[in-house]
Amino acid sequence: MMGTMNFLQAINLALKEEMHRDEKVFILGEDVGRRGGVFLATEGLYEEFGDRVLDTPLTESAIAGVGIGAAMYGMRPVAEMQFADFMLPAVNQIVSEAAKIRYRSNNDFHVPMTIRAPYGGGVHGALYHSQSLEAMFNSIPGLKVVIPSSPYDAKGLLKAAIRDEDPVLFFEHKRAYRLLKGDVPEEDYVIPIGKANVVREGDDVTVITYGLCTHYAQQAAAALEKEDISTHVLDLRTVYPMDREAIVEAAKKTGKVLLVTDDNKEGSVLSEVAAIIAEECLFDLDSPIQRLAAPDVPAMPYASPLEKYYMVTKDKVESAIRDLAQF
Amino acid sequence: MHKHERAGLQKDDLLYMYRTMLTARKIDERLWLLNRAGKIPFVISCQGHEAMQVGAGMALERGKDYLLPYYRDLALVVHFGMTIEDIMMSNFAKEQDINSGGRQMPGHYGSKKLGIVTGSSPVTTQVVHAAGYALAGKMEGKDFVCLTSFGEGSSNQGDFHEAANFAGVHRLPVIFFCENNHYAISTPLDRQLSCANVSDRAKGYGMHGETIDGNDPIAVYTAVKAAVERGRNGEGPSLIEAVSYRLTPHSSDDNESTYREADEVTEAKGRDSITTFAQYLKELGFFTDEDEQAMHDEIQAAIDEATDAAEAAKYASPESALLHVYDQ
Ligand SMILES: Cc1ncc(C[n+]2csc(CCOP(=O)(O)OP(=O)(O)O)c2C)c(N)n1
Ligand SMILES: [Mg+2]
Repeated sequence: MMGTMNFLQAINLALKEEMHRDEKVFILGEDVGRRGGVFLATEGLYEEFGDRVLDTPLTESAIAGVGIGAAMYGMRPVAEMQFADFMLPAVNQIVSEAAKIRYRSNNDFHVPMTIRAPYGGGVHGALYHSQSLEAMFNSIPGLKVVIPSSPYDAKGLLKAAIRDEDPVLFFEHKRAYRLLKGDVPEEDYVIPIGKANVVREGDDVTVITYGLCTHYAQQAAAALEKEDISTHVLDLRTVYPMDREAIVEAAKKTGKVLLVTDDNKEGSVLSEVAAIIAEECLFDLDSPIQRLAAPDVPAMPYASPLEKYYMVTKDKVESAIRDLAQF
Repeated sequence: MHKHERAGLQKDDLLYMYRTMLTARKIDERLWLLNRAGKIPFVISCQGHEAMQVGAGMALERGKDYLLPYYRDLALVVHFGMTIEDIMMSNFAKEQDINSGGRQMPGHYGSKKLGIVTGSSPVTTQVVHAAGYALAGKMEGKDFVCLTSFGEGSSNQGDFHEAANFAGVHRLPVIFFCENNHYAISTPLDRQLSCANVSDRAKGYGMHGETIDGNDPIAVYTAVKAAVERGRNGEGPSLIEAVSYRLTPHSSDDNESTYREADEVTEAKGRDSITTFAQYLKELGFFTDEDEQAMHDEIQAAIDEATDAAEAAKYASPESALLHVYDQ
C-alpha cells in the first residue's frame, strides 16, 4: 500500500509505527504531548500512547541527558529538540556523553537514542529558528547524523535511527515538512544509515548534497534537461559518518562536482566531501570542485529580501550546474 | 539506645562499614605512594569522604538500585562491588580495568554488572543520567532508586538544576547526594554558594532537602535510607548534602599550599571518620585494638597483592584504541 503524504506525515507515521513495534520506544521533548509538537510531528501520539509521549520542562540538556540515561538503561528514547538552534545547551550531553559512552565504557554501555530536530530556514525564522547545525556534529565519532530529503526517506531513515544501537541526530528541514510530498509505503521498511543514494543519473555534472537541497538539485536537473545538460545527483542521506565510496563513485561519474548545502560555506559538511574527493580521485576530475552554500554570516536574517538572498534555491543550483557544465 | 540501633544497624553492619571505609582509605594512600614513585600518572582522592559514601551506599540495595557516582567515590564503588584489584587495574590503566579497559582516567567508574553507570570528566553530567534511569524505571514499573553524587562546586552546574527540576516535576526516585568537602579545587564554599547549604535548594525543586554530618556514617545512612524509602514509595527525589572535608589536595597535580592553611587540614583530620568511627566501635566493645590491627594487616596484604597483579598485568593492545566507536 502506498499513500501520498508530506514529509511531516512521514515522520509522524514512522514514530507511530516504531512505538507500536517496540514498547521501549518513547518520545520526550517540549510540547510533544497534548500539543503534538510545535510543528505537529508528534500529533496524535499522546492520545494513542499516553505517558510514552512525555512533555518535559523547558530543559534541553536534560532532554538529551535524561534520554541518555534511559537509553543506557535499555529504553529507546526519541528526543525532540524544538528547533535545532536550541540544541546548543545540550551539546555537552550529546558530545561528551552520548557520543562517547560506548567507547569510554569499553562497550559495556551504549546509547540507542535518536534526537530529532527541525533545522534550516526559509520560514521567516530569522537567526535562531533557521540554523543548520550538522557541521558542528560532523567530526564527532560515536554520533551519526542523518538528514532525509524526501517523505519516503524520512520514514525509512527515522525507523532506522530509532532501531540503531548508537545515538543518531536526525535533522528535519522545517521547510520540507509541508513542501515535500511523495509516495510513502504504509508497510514497514528501513533505509540503511551510512549509505548515500543516487537520486538521479546523469553524465555531465555531479551534484552532491543532502536534505532539502536534494529537492532543489532535482528540480534544477530537470530544468537543465532542456539545455541538454545531464546531471547526476547524489543525496548523502547520512552526513556523518559519510559514505566515501558513493561520493567517490559519483565524483568519477562526471568529473565535475558541485557540492550544495544550505548551511554557510566555511567548514560545512561539504568540506569533508571535497577532502574525500581530493584524497581519492583528484585526477578523475575535469574541473575544480565547486561549492554552493549560504554566505558566511552568523545566521539567517528575518526580512524577506534578506532571507531570500541568504537561501539556496533551485535557481541558484541551476545556474551553478550550468556554469560547471560549461567549464 | 545507641544511634546505630535507632538506625536499625547491627554490630556486623558497623564492622562491615568500617572495613569498607578503611579499605578505601588504604587503597587511596597506596595510590599516592604509587603516584609519587612515578608508577601511576594521576590520583584523585577519596580521603575524608569515606564515612558519607559507605553510609549512603549501605542504604541502597545492591543488584537493584543504580549508582551514578563521581570521581571521589572510591569507598562507594568498593561497597558496590569493585574489588581492590579492579581499582588497581584502573589506576594502572590496564586492559583488565573494568570501567573502561584503560581508556579513562582513574575515578571514572562504570560497570553494568555492578549497577554503576559509566561517568565522564565534565562534572555533573551523570546527575542528568540518573533522572533518565529513574524515568525508565518508572515507565517500566520498577521500584529501584538511583543515587547520583557530586561535589558542592558541581552543584552550580546547569545540569544539576535541569536534572533536579526534571526529577522533581516527574517525581522520579533520584537521590541527589552532594558530597560537600568545602572546596572545589581551590575555591572555598563561600565562593560557590550564597545560600547556607546546598540542600536549601531542594525547596526550589519541590523535593526533600537535608544537610547532615558527613563524618558520621550512621547519620548519612539514616538520611539516605529515608530518601530511598521516599523514592520507592513514589514520593520523588531527595537532595541529601553530607558535609565533610577534603583531607588531601584536589588531585595528585594540585598544590594546596597556595590556597589553604595547613592548620585547617590538621584540624579537619581531628574529625576524620576513620579515627572517630573506630573509636565509636571500640566504645561499644565491638572492636579492639587487636581487631583493628588485624583488619589493617589483612587489607594491606590484599592491596599489596592487587598492586603487584595490576603492575604485572598487560595493557590493551594499541590498535584496540580503534574499537567500540559504534556497534560492531
Ligand atoms: C564542566 C567542568 N568544569 C571544570 C572541570 C574541572 N574540575 C574538575 S573537578 C573540579 C572541582 C569540583 O569541585 P566539587 O564539585 O566541589 O567536587 P570535589 O572535587 O570537591 O569533590 C573542577 C573545577 C570539570 N571537570 N568539568
Ligand atoms: Mg568540593
